[in-house]
Amino acid sequence: MLEIKKLHKSYAIGDTSLHVLKGIDLSVKKGEMVAIMGSSGSGKSTLLNIIGMLDVADNGSYVLDGVPIKDLTEKKAAIYRNKFLGFIFQSFNLINYKNAVENVALPLYYQGLKRKARQEKAKFHLKKVGLLEWATHLPSELSGGQKQRVAIARALASEPKLLLADEPTGALDTTTSSDIMAFLQQLNDEGKTILIVTHENDIAAMCKRIVRLRDGVIMEDTNVTQVRAESHV
Amino acid sequence: MFDIDLWREILQSINKNRTRSLLSGFTVTFAILLFTVLFGLANGLNNTFNEAFVDTASNAMFIRSGKTTKASKGLQAGRRIQFKNKDFTYIKDNFDSEVEFITSRVYNNVTATFKNEKNNYSLIAVHPDHQYLEKTKVFEGRYINQRDLKNQTKVVVIGKLIKADLFLKTDPIGKYINLSGIPYKVVGVFEDDGGDDEERILYMPLTTAQQVYGNNDYVDQINLTYEPELDYNQAIDFGLDLEKKLKKRFLVNENDQRAIRVLNMAMQNKGINQMTSVLGILILIIGMGTLIAGVVGISNIMIFIVKERTKEIGIRKALGASPRSIVSIILIESILITALAGYLGLFIGVGILEWASPVLKTYFITNPSVSKSLVIAATLTLIGAGTLAGYLPAKRASKIKPIVALRDD
Repeated sequence: MLEIKKLHKSYAIGDTSLHVLKGIDLSVKKGEMVAIMGSSGSGKSTLLNIIGMLDVADNGSYVLDGVPIKDLTEKKAAIYRNKFLGFIFQSFNLINYKNAVENVALPLYYQGLKRKARQEKAKFHLKKVGLLEWATHLPSELSGGQKQRVAIARALASEPKLLLADEPTGALDTTTSSDIMAFLQQLNDEGKTILIVTHENDIAAMCKRIVRLRDGVIMEDTNVTQVRAESHV
Repeated sequence: MFDIDLWREILQSINKNRTRSLLSGFTVTFAILLFTVLFGLANGLNNTFNEAFVDTASNAMFIRSGKTTKASKGLQAGRRIQFKNKDFTYIKDNFDSEVEFITSRVYNNVTATFKNEKNNYSLIAVHPDHQYLEKTKVFEGRYINQRDLKNQTKVVVIGKLIKADLFLKTDPIGKYINLSGIPYKVVGVFEDDGGDDEERILYMPLTTAQQVYGNNDYVDQINLTYEPELDYNQAIDFGLDLEKKLKKRFLVNENDQRAIRVLNMAMQNKGINQMTSVLGILILIIGMGTLIAGVVGISNIMIFIVKERTKEIGIRKALGASPRSIVSIILIESILITALAGYLGLFIGVGILEWASPVLKTYFITNPSVSKSLVIAATLTLIGAGTLAGYLPAKRASKIKPIVALRDD
């Protein structure tokens, strides 16, 4: 599913450059649920951005679902992101003037789907996250957990190969976090490949594999027994 | 390609930020409003000038004679200059390439009688060309023609009001009207935009009048129009040349202002034309200046909008929005705001002109309207202005990196 070899990335800071990723090798198979852990500055966000095609690596190869990701123009990156990836962010990143169903339908709009098909598909995914009756509500009328579930529905809408979650529970309380994780686990059970960046051990423990980063290299890569999150819904 | 979803996105964005969109459009509305009103006023002023000469061709020249005031070539001052048919022929032959229409005029006053009705009118004896010079509109019968001239036929063309005065309800065509004892056949009835006085005139063939009223070949006045292809300067030169040659022909001192006078409309028109074109340029500068201010205003606000929507644009890009779709959103929003605001200004401006039109009439401003071509030009200008205003912000938006936009603050 995901093959990363000898990935390097450095940022120029004034005259010096900061070497953030120093040769990352990572392979993720279909159906895995991987937690990427590390303290801030370990390079975990940079790695996620490169996997998410929001940033480009200086060196190394990256193959996603058999497609080599290189020489990306902005246009190509946009198409790949739309086709391959679903993003879940810590701060939800919903568009505040669009209601729930419009938010979910947005990636479908960029896929070029007709309005009716978009609406149908968006409703299907909203139903999947259990928020169909909230379809016409604006993000400001939803709770944090609901917002994140709308965001998950949006990430799922384009039926991506890979779900990328950047601290998906970072802005949520424990109960809600647990709900979200339970839902992500359920998605994983259905066969979705999920990558979660987190610095919380209990969140990481809910995944099947933990990759620990420190100073731009992978320190530890272990398969763990998944702790099932308790759903409160 | 008409992308209904793109428009939906843009309308939603405008709708969600009504105040912002309204404010940014305000300057453009004002610019177009100002421009429309000023343009309309200038147009109205122009119309007033044109209307003043409506019954006479604007390229006319009037040649009159009088008494000499200066002695010349051994001839004393006070000599009366009298034009004759040969002078008419002289001008016609020597200035063939400059002259469009030419006519002589003989004036007379007559008492006209038909059945029991009787009244005094002025009579002008003319060549057929006179009709075009004076913009006479014959709406019944015909005008004086070349054959009348040749045969000295006793026919007249009468003004609309003479018909009303004398003929009452009778159709005058073919009837005989008695002019100071001599019967003339009425061959045509005309109207003239010059007003009542111009419609209480009788036209008669020049030769007929010359025979009947003096049995000579005298001419009171010669009127002509110069070729419309001549520009003002050429026309003015032609007039001066003609005056000089006539003075020479009649042995009149070159500086004699009374003996032979050529009144050239080109001179007056040139002045008016210069004034109105300067006025037009002034208005264009004011309008453009205000429009530029409006464009800068919209551009500023669009940059602010892009900044405000950085995160949203980042999200859209992360979800697969191409740079092009981002550019179109910003650009079309800018064009839409500019165009709508501009049209609002145009409508208000036209409304004000319509409403104020009767009041303005007293200030020599006639029918101050805005032409269709101006509306089309304004549309194109507004789209151009909107594109201009949106270009920089759109460029900026397309360069937003989602990774930067989505960074949690």
